[in-house]
Amino acid sequence: MLRVCRKAAGGAAQSCLYGRGSLRPLQPCCYYSSTGSSGATAGKLVGAGLLFMGGGLGGTILYAKWDPKFRANVEKSVPYSEQLFQMTLGPPASPAPLPKKAVPPQPLHISSVAETSKESKQKKEKSAEQPAAEVLPPPGEHSLEEASTEAAHIISAMSEAVSVPAPGTHRDEAEPQAEAPAGAECVECKHEAPSAVKERPAEEVAVRLALQDQAEQDVLASLSTTLEEALGRTAKVTLQAVEAQDAAVQAICTHTQKLKEAMEDSEVSSDQKSTQWSALESALKERSKCVDNAADALQKARSELENLRGVIAAAKKSSVPGARAHILAAEENLHRMSVDLDNKVSKVQSAQTEAKIISQYSELVREAKTQFQKELNSITPDIQGGWKGLKMSDVAGKLTADDLNSLIAHAHRRIDQLNRELAEQRVREQLRIETALEQQRLEDKKALDGAVAAALERRREEVRLEQERKVEEVREVMEAEMRTQLRRQAAAHTDHLRDVLKVQEQELRAEAQESLNRKLVEQETEFRRMNQQQINAFTQDVNTAFARLKGMEDAIDSHAVAEEEARRAHQLWLAVEALGYTLKTAAAEAPTEPLAGAVQAIRDSCGENEFAQALATALPEESLQRGVYSEASLRARFYSIRKLARRVAMIDETRNSLYQYFLSYLQSVLLFEPEQVAPPAKLSPDDMDTFKLLSYATYCIEHGDLELAAKFVNQLRGESRRVAQDWLKEARLTLETRQIVSLLSAYANAVGLGTTQAP
Amino acid sequence: MSEKELGRKWDRCLADTAVKLGAGLGLGIVFSVVFFKRRTWPISFGLGYGLGMAYSNCQHDFRSPYLLHGHVVKEQ
Repeated sequence: MLRVCRKAAGGAAQSCLYGRGSLRPLQPCCYYSSTGSSGATAGKLVGAGLLFMGGGLGGTILYAKWDPKFRANVEKSVPYSEQLFQMTLGPPASPAPLPKKAVPPQPLHISSVAETSKESKQKKEKSAEQPAAEVLPPPGEHSLEEASTEAAHIISAMSEAVSVPAPGTHRDEAEPQAEAPAGAECVECKHEAPSAVKERPAEEVAVRLALQDQAEQDVLASLSTTLEEALGRTAKVTLQAVEAQDAAVQAICTHTQKLKEAMEDSEVSSDQKSTQWSALESALKERSKCVDNAADALQKARSELENLRGVIAAAKKSSVPGARAHILAAEENLHRMSVDLDNKVSKVQSAQTEAKIISQYSELVREAKTQFQKELNSITPDIQGGWKGLKMSDVAGKLTADDLNSLIAHAHRRIDQLNRELAEQRVREQLRIETALEQQRLEDKKALDGAVAAALERRREEVRLEQERKVEEVREVMEAEMRTQLRRQAAAHTDHLRDVLKVQEQELRAEAQESLNRKLVEQETEFRRMNQQQINAFTQDVNTAFARLKGMEDAIDSHAVAEEEARRAHQLWLAVEALGYTLKTAAAEAPTEPLAGAVQAIRDSCGENEFAQALATALPEESLQRGVYSEASLRARFYSIRKLARRVAMIDETRNSLYQYFLSYLQSVLLFEPEQVAPPAKLSPDDMDTFKLLSYATYCIEHGDLELAAKFVNQLRGESRRVAQDWLKEARLTLETRQIVSLLSAYANAVGLGTTQAP
Repeated sequence: MSEKELGRKWDRCLADTAVKLGAGLGLGIVFSVVFFKRRTWPISFGLGYGLGMAYSNCQHDFRSPYLLHGHVVKEQ
């Protein structure tokens, strides 16, 4: 304590200007302590002081041990207490762990989140599965059904177009046959109906039709083969029969011819006659043989024809329509063959009748000849051997005149007889002719009937065949026509379809074209729009890029400018700081360094800044040239001023004699007022007293308000004012300079802040 | 420094007083010795004269700031 006081007393001599006010409280204790420095009381005092200090220290340490906050405070406030505490108490306890509380709630949150996510996932899966499952089957069914119906429609359309002519051909054979298959088909249809397929698919129909066709073809083939075989056989046989018949006819004809020749050629020599008769006999044999052959062949032919007929009937029964033509052909062949056969037979019969007639004639002739011969023989018994084979020349040589006369008479008689017979014959001829005619008529009638019947039969057959053929033809024609009609219909249908398709195509084409055009236009417009958009976007991008570039450039420029500004601001700030620093260089009594340099630096650093320039120029010349005094020096100076001002408080213009000086000095000595009085907010005229003003100013000075002090000092009047004039000036200078400097500093700070780039 | 002015004035005044007093004393002594047969009254007179002059000078010096100087403006 003493040492401190002593130090303080010693320091006061050096720094009385500075520490005078603060040392005031210490001075009394100095005086107190200086009086009580005698021996015994000093020791007591020292001991008490030591005890007090030890107690305080121990208490502090104990309390620090108990309260770590206090320890921290003490460590903060008292410099070397940390080491003291570490030595005595040890290192401070670590702070309690805090984050433990935050950890436990987190797992809960996470689990709950996981649970919720799981739940949501399950729900989502479930919900996804169900609609998927629900969605899948119906589309499947629908698709199947639709596809099947569509296919069926298409196929039915196709099959209708395709299979229409087919049933036409199949109709006849399908009628008896297709009833069963149709029934089966219907049954099948019925079976298939519940399976939601409405029509038989075309493949089945086609297969069935194909099968039917195949079967029909097979049957037809078989029938045709049988027919052909039969036909062939019958044809062969019939041909044979016909040939035989022809041969027979030929033979008969030759025979008759021969017979005729034999009969007629009586002038022929006997050799020739005998040859003729032998030829005739041979011819007769031939004829008989041929006739027999013909008969056999005929029999065979007829049997074959019967067979063929039977086969044809069977074929008819089998009723394959394709075979109808064959059947008809076969029937026709049959008919023709039978007709031929009949013709041939009739020819043969006619030939035979003719031959019979001829033979009868020949018989008659022979009888006549024999009769004549007999007569001749009776008349002329000489000539033997018959007249036949004798020539007239031979006869003339052998006979006499009587014989000749008798012969002639006989001949005449014969001639008369013959004439009479002829007349009789002529007469009877008529009757006989009539009867013969009648007979002939009858026979003719019979024959006619028979022939008519046969012809009728044949005709009927022919007609029937014709009819059948016609029917067949008609049927074929009909079928052909039907086919053609159907084809035509199909063609018409196809035409119609084609037309419709064409129309549709046109429509669709038009539509498509339109839609295409529309789409094209749309696409075009879209494209244009997109293009424009792209262009716009591009230009926009380019513009933005350009703008950005510009912005960047501007930013860079502004950055550069800002940096420049910042640099300048920095410089300014530095200069202002330098200026501020120069302000601090005021020594105790000496003013600061001249501020001219710093101000010049400021002027240089803020070349274009009018404000700074103005401020820089606003600095008073004195401060520039000479510098300003520091506040402390002014403060110190103030006290002397104060003293002086107090001493010359009375002196003014009116009172300025020496005596007044003396009186004023006396007044200052005798007048007691507090050194510092807080100035009121408002000054009243009473406060314009020098001493009061000085008190106010002192107070302000003591509290660092140089300005207010200067203001108060400014209110001094008279000699006090004059005395304080320089101080006031200096104070004003200082204040001005400080104000300008603070302005500049503020300005520099503001500029610096302004130019600082905010992150 | 304006506060030193008074001091300076006082210094001047005292110096002047001293000088004047000295001079007065001197002159008084001289006059007293020379003219007035070593009487004290010339010394005191001289001192008084010196003091008076010094006082007057002092006062004038102290008053000088407050003196108004008039100027005669010649009318034309």
